[in-house]
Amino acid sequence: MLLNQRYLYNLITDGNIKIMQTKALLSGDEAVARGAWEAGLRVACAYPGTPSTEILESLAAYKDIDAQWSVNEKVAFEIALAAAIAGGRSLYASKHVGLNVAMDPLMTASYTGINAGFVAVVCDDPGMASSQNEQDTRWVGMFGKIPIIEPSSPAEAYVFIKEAFDISEKFDTPVLFRMTTRVAHTKETVSIGEKNEVALKPFAINIPKYVMVPKNAYQKHILIEKRLHDLSKYSETSSLNKLDEGSPNLGFITSGVTYQYIKETYPDASVLKLGFTFPFCDNKITQFAKSVKELVVVEELDPIIEDHLKTLGLPFKAKHETFRIGELLPEHMSIICNGGIKVEPVSSARKPVLCPGCPHRFVFSVLKKNKAIVTGDIGCYTLAATPPMSALHSCVCMGASVTFHEGFRRVIPTGKFVGVLGDSTFVHSGITGLINAAYNNVKGLIVILDNSTTAMTGGQNNPANGLTIRNEKTKQLSLEAICAASGADNVDVIDPKNIKELDALIKKRLTDDALSVIIARRPCKLIDRDRGAMPSYESEKCKTCGVCFAIDCPALTKAENGTVILDGSLCAGCYLCADVCPTDALKKH
Amino acid sequence: MNTTQTEKSNVQGAEKKIWNVFFCGTGGQGVLTASEIAGIAAMIAGYHVKKSEVHGMAQRGGSVESHLRFGEKIYSPLINPGEADYLVAFHTGEGKRMSSFLKKDGVSLVGYLEDPKTQPADKRFVNTFYLGILSAYLPIPSEAWHQALRGKLKRFLKENIEAFDLGKNIGTKARES
Repeated sequence: MLLNQRYLYNLITDGNIKIMQTKALLSGDEAVARGAWEAGLRVACAYPGTPSTEILESLAAYKDIDAQWSVNEKVAFEIALAAAIAGGRSLYASKHVGLNVAMDPLMTASYTGINAGFVAVVCDDPGMASSQNEQDTRWVGMFGKIPIIEPSSPAEAYVFIKEAFDISEKFDTPVLFRMTTRVAHTKETVSIGEKNEVALKPFAINIPKYVMVPKNAYQKHILIEKRLHDLSKYSETSSLNKLDEGSPNLGFITSGVTYQYIKETYPDASVLKLGFTFPFCDNKITQFAKSVKELVVVEELDPIIEDHLKTLGLPFKAKHETFRIGELLPEHMSIICNGGIKVEPVSSARKPVLCPGCPHRFVFSVLKKNKAIVTGDIGCYTLAATPPMSALHSCVCMGASVTFHEGFRRVIPTGKFVGVLGDSTFVHSGITGLINAAYNNVKGLIVILDNSTTAMTGGQNNPANGLTIRNEKTKQLSLEAICAASGADNVDVIDPKNIKELDALIKKRLTDDALSVIIARRPCKLIDRDRGAMPSYESEKCKTCGVCFAIDCPALTKAENGTVILDGSLCAGCYLCADVCPTDALKKH
Repeated sequence: MNTTQTEKSNVQGAEKKIWNVFFCGTGGQGVLTASEIAGIAAMIAGYHVKKSEVHGMAQRGGSVESHLRFGEKIYSPLINPGEADYLVAFHTGEGKRMSSFLKKDGVSLVGYLEDPKTQPADKRFVNTFYLGILSAYLPIPSEAWHQALRGKLKRFLKENIEAFDLGKNIGTKARES
């Protein structure tokens, strides 16, 4: 994590002249962090979300930056925006769906503008390596009428983020810095520099600028439209829109990582690469389009550049609509140019599963046994939906476990619905749902899987574990107290490893005429790495009923005759398989 | 890195401009650490490096792949199918699944773990052992490899370097045979 110490190597690039150059192998996320730090960043806020998580993790390694995990993206955005208004350069980071949570402040931040530079770094996930949808965040920048900057590689991200702060200040606007998984998680050799000291900007009370009541906002809207014009002009001359002059026979207009694929596939072609994507540089685009015989627009996800070129009345070729789905790959470039359609690959990749020894597995095993219908949301526990577990039945967005539970019960009041979510997700946006459930008098059961971490994104701290982004102790949120204060009738805390007690408790709470919360508390297996001995297995006792395989533990595989093969290198010694085995063939050692 | 030039020219195919190494395995095997160390070593040796992978779900036992490319100037962070010079697979099944990435005359570094004569003493060091094998094929000086290993590994440095050296011997023999 300490990228400013561990990943840096001083290299002598020329044997004779001995120029010292500091290079580092940085991911797009780390490059953004490094560049932002060098640009005098002061305050950085985020909620973890793949592939953006490492931005804040890297920033936290710079002790002179005030970095925090905020409880959710709306909170993060507002704090960072206010910090910029107060006069310090600030940064917000999230994944694409995270920005949805922060849409409210974003849309009006466009109106207030900033004071010191403010950049919102948002990472899209084409192909959905770990996301619930594939939205294209460029629409959000256009919707909010703020500039969009798109790097195509980590080395560019490092340079562009500095420029983003300057643009933000020059035009008094938040800047949307849009990356994708292939930029955020690619690592590249980056030549880095030193920190540039940037003085605080003085803050002055300015009611027409910072108080968005209708009268003031109307005036600001006039300025926003003017700002768009100014930004368009700037876009024409910005070095972020780069022209690679090549053959006049074939030209490409592109943005983001797709640029790299085009250069790889068509090294001789002319390319207009948009790094300042919005507002568009219409003159530059038109000139370029006229300078080449054949023009192809290639962009990942939605046809945003395409649609704009249509408004300019320019003829061009573009990808078939089947390529709007999923990420583009280098081998797609020639297919797109030849007007081909996308052939969906058949994935044979190993599916991700809950880790061996994961405490969540105990809870889902009991819920499944009780035939509960589980409303879920985003976290490791979403993996419980995959067969053969199949024990989670809805997932839309963070916090929806609690509200879906209520919505289902409003139509089917006696259904066995259980809302299940993690500690971090509960704090993010489950609390409001619980208050709503109590206020609107719904009964039922919410289970909080408290594993003391934000696990799916790699183990980040949160208010419920009482540690900051820098692992320092802070005020710890009591989940019990907040659930009780929100109006839950029963709040039980239980170690899910006590599976018999957990079963009895869930049975009771499912029949109680009350709103109940069970906090199933046991640290994530990636925190508590202690392993018990492997269970013993007597194949003579095994009736090959397959009950143990339904818990979907990676350490158990089925032999051809239906018996169990235990993998000692994976087994965490949690004994859930022994707990569920009806014949004692699997037994605690 | 004064030795870079001489060592580079000692390696077969040093006139090549770009090297493509495809790493694969399953979550928890150290695939990403291995490709990171190789990437840092290539960077120290003076190459432009790009490396790409998808993480997030990887820790949960799913398939893990990492594309490493280095040379004078690299554009795409991804290796095209059929263009990997080397396929390094820590898991035989994953190696088979990904074999379409290997080019026709590419070298497949798969299956060493199934032969009792070519194994590290401790399975925890499988990734550095495989890096050792790979190092026998790549134009990166050993000093760069060692600097990268020291920079990246926090624990068991001695054991990791032993596993690396063992792999390097095995790789050198395999390359010569």
